[in-house]
Amino acid sequence: MQNVNWVALVIFVALFAFITWLGFAAAHWRKGDLEHLHEWGLGGRRFGTLITWFLIGGDVYTAYTFIAVPALAFGAGAVAFFAVPYTVLMYLVLFLVFPRIWRVCHKHGYITAADFVRGRFGNRWLALAVTVTGMVATMPYIALQLVGVQVVVGALGIGGSGLAADLPLIAAFLILAAFTYTSGLRAPASIAIVKDILIYLTTFAAVVVIPVQLGGFAKIFSAVPAQKLLLAVPGPNTTGAYGAYATLVLGSTFAIFLYPHCMTGILSASSAHAVRRNAALLPGYSFMLGLLALLGFFAIAAGVASLPEYAAGFKQFGNNFAVPALIMHSFPDWFVGLAFAAIGIGALVPASIMSIAAANLYTRNIHREFVNPAPTPAQETQMAKWVSLIIKAGALVFILFVPTKYAIDLQLLGGIWIIQTMPAVMLGAFTRWFNSWALLAGWAVGTLVGTLMAAATNLTPTYPLALAGYTFPGYTALYTLILNLLIAVALTPLINAMRAGQAADQTADADYRG
Amino acid sequence: MNRSQGRQGGWSWWYLLFLVLFAVCLWPPFYNRAEPYFIGIPFFYWFQLLLVIVGAILTAVVYVATDR
Repeated sequence: MQNVNWVALVIFVALFAFITWLGFAAAHWRKGDLEHLHEWGLGGRRFGTLITWFLIGGDVYTAYTFIAVPALAFGAGAVAFFAVPYTVLMYLVLFLVFPRIWRVCHKHGYITAADFVRGRFGNRWLALAVTVTGMVATMPYIALQLVGVQVVVGALGIGGSGLAADLPLIAAFLILAAFTYTSGLRAPASIAIVKDILIYLTTFAAVVVIPVQLGGFAKIFSAVPAQKLLLAVPGPNTTGAYGAYATLVLGSTFAIFLYPHCMTGILSASSAHAVRRNAALLPGYSFMLGLLALLGFFAIAAGVASLPEYAAGFKQFGNNFAVPALIMHSFPDWFVGLAFAAIGIGALVPASIMSIAAANLYTRNIHREFVNPAPTPAQETQMAKWVSLIIKAGALVFILFVPTKYAIDLQLLGGIWIIQTMPAVMLGAFTRWFNSWALLAGWAVGTLVGTLMAAATNLTPTYPLALAGYTFPGYTALYTLILNLLIAVALTPLINAMRAGQAADQTADADYRG
Repeated sequence: MNRSQGRQGGWSWWYLLFLVLFAVCLWPPFYNRAEPYFIGIPFFYWFQLLLVIVGAILTAVVYVATDR
């Protein structure tokens, strides 16, 4: 690795010190009794439209996104832009579905999706399925955030071997663990404001400065190889790259807000209006993400991959090094420090929310449901704090000792798994027509078949579905969601006929309306 | 008051606007082309960035229309 970039490092460390202080100070922000789980784990549901904007933005657009989406554009080209229509459509889903979920959760004091499913369907096993899926899908996601930190720290020139190389990551982890433990969701909410301002600054500077340096957009795009510039036009008897692109968009659209950390962000809003308003305001982040994706092409045009000073970085981190290399190549050292801090802090915010969300799930839907049904609020909150620590420690150990590739593979599988909770959570917000056991069967089959399909394609996101002489390559998560739904629809009347009665619905129609 | 309550969380014809956006986003042949360029950016890229803005405006319109 190249020499340490001192100017950048000093700015990077200073910004980290600032957000560490902010994370601890946040405990006193909009003060509530942090011995209650909805205070620690949902910020007391007190965040208005603006804070919710920062929080969900900081939550959905993770450090890994900032590294991986441009890296995909750099390596594979046009397909990386699926992130743009996906983040357009997901806010329509947010607008249509999640105000209802917010209202019913607020009314009944639910703090997780599994709480809602438990109340709506009265089936603890279906709630357990939602809980376990959420937790399992979240863990590799946290690990990937730490990969984001690893890449920028490596780019700053802090290398070495053995423990020394891992020290910055361990330090970042300790900071993250400590402020999450003390301040709960208030910490990432306040840090998200700093992170997002830095990210917007970096992105807009990059989109203005780098094209000027490289001689304009026309020159940049002419440097991109033709097969990367657009999607390949499908051949006969297949939907080809078009089908893959569209199904990736649609599947991701349904999956994203099912992730526990996104649900936590939504439920911490102070009203359903704040959620609805944010559906119109959050596309600001999508626009930025689209610009960021273009950085992959800037990196191609700048030719950073063939510069000797970045060879070691590309060797270690692959295409994920494209954006850090481009930033170092194009900006003065002080700005590099700022940009890398944006990515590093951008890792801590979602990682913190993810660990809180997973801890809420364990505490409410496993411990309370199956171990101790009547904890005091203080006991419940203490449990969640410990679990959030354990989950983060698990992610750290994973990143330190397991090759990054497995975290990426598991995150891909996580997308296939989490979407299987869509019928219970999202359709459950509109109807109780489904039988809860039929939903559980659909979830089980979807999860199993999805995992097998992913294994059959060597853990790539798309599966070449063959039907009647046609091939439909498409996102495995979406295909298995369709299978899941078919099973739930087919089994519902059957199981209803077999069983005398269903458990009561704790929620009423009016609970979903404003 | 009651009317707006009834509509919030219920159905509104305004939501059909979203259907148009879904259809456009999910039909790649519609935008998978380089021409026309905008300040050197191929259509594929600037069009989808434009969709972000259109989506935000549409959502804002539907928000206002269904709020009262």
